[in-house]
Amino acid sequence: MGSVSEKRREEVISGSKKILRGKPVISGYASGKLVVSREPLSFWGGYDSDTGEIIDRHHHLSGEVVKGCILAVPGTKGSSTTTAVLLEALQKGNAPLAIITSDVDSFLALALVVSEEMYSTSIPLVALGSEVFAELPSEGEVTLKPDGRIIVYPF
Amino acid sequence: MTLKLTELDSSNLAGESGPAVQMAMSILIRMSEIQSAKSLISIVSAHIDSALYIGPATLDYAERLVDLGAKVCVPTTLNVAGVDHNGWDRWAVPPEWARQARRQMLAYKSMGCEPTWTCAPYQTEERPGFGDQIAWGESSAVVFANSVLGARSERYPDLLDICAAITGRVPATGLHLVENRSGQVLVRLKSIKSNLLDSDEFYPVLGHYIGKIAGSRVVVVDAQGGNPSEDQLKALGAAMASSGSVALFHWVGVTPEAETIQDAFNGKNPEKIIDVSLSDLVRARNDLSSSTSDRLDMVVLGSPHFSLNELRSLGPLIEGKRRHPGVRFLVTTGRGVKLLAEEMDLLVPLMKFGAEITVDTCILTTPMLPSGIRSIMTNSAKYAYYTPGILDREVVFGSTQACVESAVSGKVVKDDRLWVV
Repeated sequence: MGSVSEKRREEVISGSKKILRGKPVISGYASGKLVVSREPLSFWGGYDSDTGEIIDRHHHLSGEVVKGCILAVPGTKGSSTTTAVLLEALQKGNAPLAIITSDVDSFLALALVVSEEMYSTSIPLVALGSEVFAELPSEGEVTLKPDGRIIVYPF
Repeated sequence: MTLKLTELDSSNLAGESGPAVQMAMSILIRMSEIQSAKSLISIVSAHIDSALYIGPATLDYAERLVDLGAKVCVPTTLNVAGVDHNGWDRWAVPPEWARQARRQMLAYKSMGCEPTWTCAPYQTEERPGFGDQIAWGESSAVVFANSVLGARSERYPDLLDICAAITGRVPATGLHLVENRSGQVLVRLKSIKSNLLDSDEFYPVLGHYIGKIAGSRVVVVDAQGGNPSEDQLKALGAAMASSGSVALFHWVGVTPEAETIQDAFNGKNPEKIIDVSLSDLVRARNDLSSSTSDRLDMVVLGSPHFSLNELRSLGPLIEGKRRHPGVRFLVTTGRGVKLLAEEMDLLVPLMKFGAEITVDTCILTTPMLPSGIRSIMTNSAKYAYYTPGILDREVVFGSTQACVESAVSGKVVKDDRLWVV
């Protein structure tokens, strides 16, 4: 599934700004604070759709509120209810502004496809591939472009 | 790469079989493109996790499909739901929540799904055959169907499983294709003693440990001598599908696609080899407990839902005993298994012990626990994994026997004898 070719990667260092290229799974524009998870996450039992908090007590981001942020996570794991939880979070306005993954994650993509189908609204989802994903800084501001480019402004 | 559709797929997408089929097909095709599938394939059955009430959006989705006239076109079972219809009011489920959950359950029933309401449909109702193409939701059921039965399913997320059942079609991708079913990670148990391999408590702990390392890769376990039972394989898979996303494992000499280690890897080399040590497992076992206190309010067994055999084996452990009045003792199972157990008088010792039984749901999928229950003990890695996050309760993992002894004494009694390094 969708491993993103290294050749798509383009890195432009101009000052502290860095541009990463990914595959736009769900195309769109978003800009905001970056929160990076280095481990996969099950949204069921891991994401509170009422608050946007990471609630998996085994996860290193446990307690962090990522509502309104741009969440980077290698992918999902565990429960097949992850999709439903993200759909609820989107509907309640408690989802991240956008999600960046390593490989294409079909559980997350599905929630966004259904949200478009049902409510004509969604958030962008970009897959970077594992090598480019590893280049994301632990924190910073990012802007996602509809063509899959991610502009990173480290703090 | 473009997706090739049959004439029927195309006419379904164009709405010629009605708006429900059109909506389901449209979602399936978007997902096929995202997954880079080249075509769709037909399935012989489905198991639906989508009936679980998560909130207004999942209910809205179900009722939209019903309004459009959705009907499933293959035999379709239903996973755990939001309430135990015959007993939710004995627990702390808010009536309004129960009402919404019931609405969602009825929506899926009205689409022609069988009201099995269990996460372990393979224990009674639905047992796919070797090589069958199926679309199953519920991570613990998917890993069982793929690994133990040799059926072929991807991990179907909620919302997509029902699209597959309505159209009878799925993207030709992942574990549906035989070339993706070869082993990737080799797990060797050379240094694990046979008394541990023979114990039920070993399998959830091993699964919890492997899932974290394997992620979503295909796992091959080479135990050289171990001969796990179906219930033990069920516990192993559910644990790997909680700490990780394992959807297929092969146990050499036991599961149907792994008569030999060469079969399991299909001539390929492992990407990774894990030699499991006892101290790795002791750490994994400790990780399944969030509490070191001996406070105990409740024991809960049955994730995945208890089988007939598990109910039968519980009998001798609780015979002549009674739970402490301060500790509730709950077994979660499917209504099909409960019916059979009643017929076989297997529930009599449970009633004498003071146990309660919940069907159709579980502690993770319905807000049933009263606020006074703060500390839970379980023999299930899946319950143990999710309890701190979903229920905001403390949890202690232990063997079935330790769970029973704890329930009798009123406080957590640990038994670490098997786990001394």
